[in-house]
Amino acid sequence: MSLLEVSDLHVRVADREILNGVNLEVNPGEIHAIMGPNGSGKSTLTNTIAGQEGYIVENGDLRLNGTNLVELEPEERSYAGLFLAFQYPVEIPGVTNMEFLKTAVDSHRKQRGETALSSVEFIKNMRALVTKLDFNPEFLKRGVNESFSGGEKKRNEILQMLCLDPKVALLDETDSGLDIDALQVVAKGINEFRDSNNAVVLVTHYQRLLNHVVPDYVHVLLNGTIVKSGDASLALDLERMGYAWLEQDSGP
Amino acid sequence: MSNNIATTPEELISKEYTAGFVTDIETETLPPGLSEEVVREISRKKAEPEWLTEWRLDALRRWEKMEEPTWAHVKFPPIDYQAISYFAAPKGDKPKSLDEVDPELLRTYKKLGIPLHEQKILAGVEEEPSQPRVAVDAVFDSVSITTTFKETLKEHGVVFCSFSEAVQSHPDLVKKYLGSVVPKTDNFYAALNSAVFSDGSFVYVPKGVRCPMELSTYFRINAENTGQFERTLIIADEGSYVSYLEGCTAPMRDENQLHAAVVELIALDDAQIKYSTVQNWYPGDENGVGGIYNFVTKRGTCRGARSHISWTQVETGSAITWKYPSVILRGDDSIGEFYSVALTNNRQQADTGTKMTHIGRNTKSTIISKGISAGHSSNAYRGLVRMNPGARDARNYTQCDSLLIGSECAAHTFPYIESRRQDAIVEHEATTTRVSDDQLFMCRQRGIEPEKAVSMIVNGFCRDVFRELPMEFAVEASKLLEVSLEGAVG
Ligand SMILES: Nc1ncnc2c1ncn2[C@@H]1O[C@H](COP(=O)(O)OP(=O)(O)OP(=O)(O)O)[C@@H](O)[C@H]1O
Ligand SMILES: [Mg+2]
Repeated sequence: MSLLEVSDLHVRVADREILNGVNLEVNPGEIHAIMGPNGSGKSTLTNTIAGQEGYIVENGDLRLNGTNLVELEPEERSYAGLFLAFQYPVEIPGVTNMEFLKTAVDSHRKQRGETALSSVEFIKNMRALVTKLDFNPEFLKRGVNESFSGGEKKRNEILQMLCLDPKVALLDETDSGLDIDALQVVAKGINEFRDSNNAVVLVTHYQRLLNHVVPDYVHVLLNGTIVKSGDASLALDLERMGYAWLEQDSGP
Repeated sequence: MSNNIATTPEELISKEYTAGFVTDIETETLPPGLSEEVVREISRKKAEPEWLTEWRLDALRRWEKMEEPTWAHVKFPPIDYQAISYFAAPKGDKPKSLDEVDPELLRTYKKLGIPLHEQKILAGVEEEPSQPRVAVDAVFDSVSITTTFKETLKEHGVVFCSFSEAVQSHPDLVKKYLGSVVPKTDNFYAALNSAVFSDGSFVYVPKGVRCPMELSTYFRINAENTGQFERTLIIADEGSYVSYLEGCTAPMRDENQLHAAVVELIALDDAQIKYSTVQNWYPGDENGVGGIYNFVTKRGTCRGARSHISWTQVETGSAITWKYPSVILRGDDSIGEFYSVALTNNRQQADTGTKMTHIGRNTKSTIISKGISAGHSSNAYRGLVRMNPGARDARNYTQCDSLLIGSECAAHTFPYIESRRQDAIVEHEATTTRVSDDQLFMCRQRGIEPEKAVSMIVNGFCRDVFRELPMEFAVEASKLLEVSLEGAVG
């Protein structure tokens, strides 16, 4: 059984149909990259999978490990093993990263029938993680994304992913706006995370992350559907040629 | 980060005002109504000296000529002051020790989590470090039931007792300072309190003494149809320090009950008073039925040079809150602070803030106010910063933040500045934000349930104020917020 299965997904936002028949099958151990021009519906796809309010599934199916996601609340999808790294992470002033992460981890533990971690244990785990990723431990004490730079916010998403250890991680442009060092850190985080039981879906505009995290499949999303899928070399073609040639392919 | 957080809808629904139970105890109550005779009777019950009886009567006469203030941003039907009973006390003599206290009362405090037993320190046995010692004065309806750690405090020369007791044991101090900060005729409710006040706490910290533990008073309204009118007086002599906490709860009743307290603080040269309140009077139900009218006058005076008074309040309860803890900065180089979290949900109304009056030179005040409105509630900050002509180089910093949850609630800010000096520095910042859908979604995506997410976001918003609370109260305060926000997310 595939880990994540999106079949014939039609999604409406307000009164606009944005996705019209997306199919995607992600198996354990795989990395998928989704590319496509601005406004083509990439974030709509990831937000819909995560259950953001306002994204109405008109038709089609969403399954994680065989479980139908469509009827589940966002937090239930999270417990089922779904993670979304946001394109635009928001700030929660005054709530420290540490507090936020512990609350999230404890909620997950509770769902699994486990007791909450003691603060000491949790801090120890976090320290180890932070060191492994070359994060500045000071970040744990700061408010969630509060006055973080764009790149710091993205790194923070990766930290959260590693903390929650999901089955499927959807990373929406986590590589955008990163400097060269930060890109390495994010790539390191993703490679640290991946194993033969989980899967990563990367939404990206650029080849550069894919040099470090090599995808098994690359998909091109255009006007609300996947118009082309291929292997890692497709990303290189796109970098060279842009999307215009596909636009014509998908034209009426 | 407490672990006993409700995370399922069932648990959330079952959360309620947990302090809302009634203690079944025989009560001695004066019949409803207010008259000279009632005031004399209260005074007589307490065996007060003549001067105090006269003081009360004078207050009553003046009150009778006063009008209820109408400027606050709150609405309520007229109060019939003749329908209220002005004295209620558990029957019997005041217990001399804890062994004599009615077991039903002891159970009440146990249920509320208020320690009336002094934790013993045994040789060689370590105290639980997370349980710092707090001395408690427990006021039940109109009287003080017991005060703990009196002996330990006495060794340091600190007087901590009920107000009625202080009238007997320290009449000179009471006579000197009573009404010296909040005059009898200060306002309608203060005048009423001055006439009928029943009990409350009295603190005197002598010169140079740092009070060895937190002092706290726990106010409980139990009797039906009575008002609570307590009076608190705290005097910090030169170079002393005291941290004082106040907590309050009441049973759930369908009638509104009046609470009109007066608190006076006096800080002499180099003295510091930290006064913290966690107010959780019954707020009424979700339709606005019942709840406490909390009309309170709190004021401190930094009488001495370099003295320091700070008010920290977390106001989550009451149907209506009308409260402006203030500081008169008379001594040169004195400091006044006001840190406030006021949360209103359902039909609650709050009009709260502070008044900083700068009189001395180089006086400094800080105001941090966090208002949170949810449901159909209304939350107003009202503040006045006054720089008198003599207040050379005075400074104030004010920050007023409002957080809205949902679209039916309202937040208002009324900051007034009256400056008679060119050199005064007055800074004011204000923000209004909403708990955004994106914030909620981010939390939920990480597995945090919406109710928990809102309370976490609200707690974060209040961080600057919670930081000012003593540790154990900060934990209680954030739990309170969580309970008070019940049903705030649609
Ligand atoms: N709430 C909304 N109301 C109306 N239109 C919306 C809404 N949200 C998204 N859209 C539209 O849906 C389309 C797809 O948006 P989406 O954010 O999915 O694009 P994207 O592929 O992620 O683009 P980018 O590369 O810029 O991140 C856009 O045209 C956008 O304007
Ligand atoms: Mg996008």
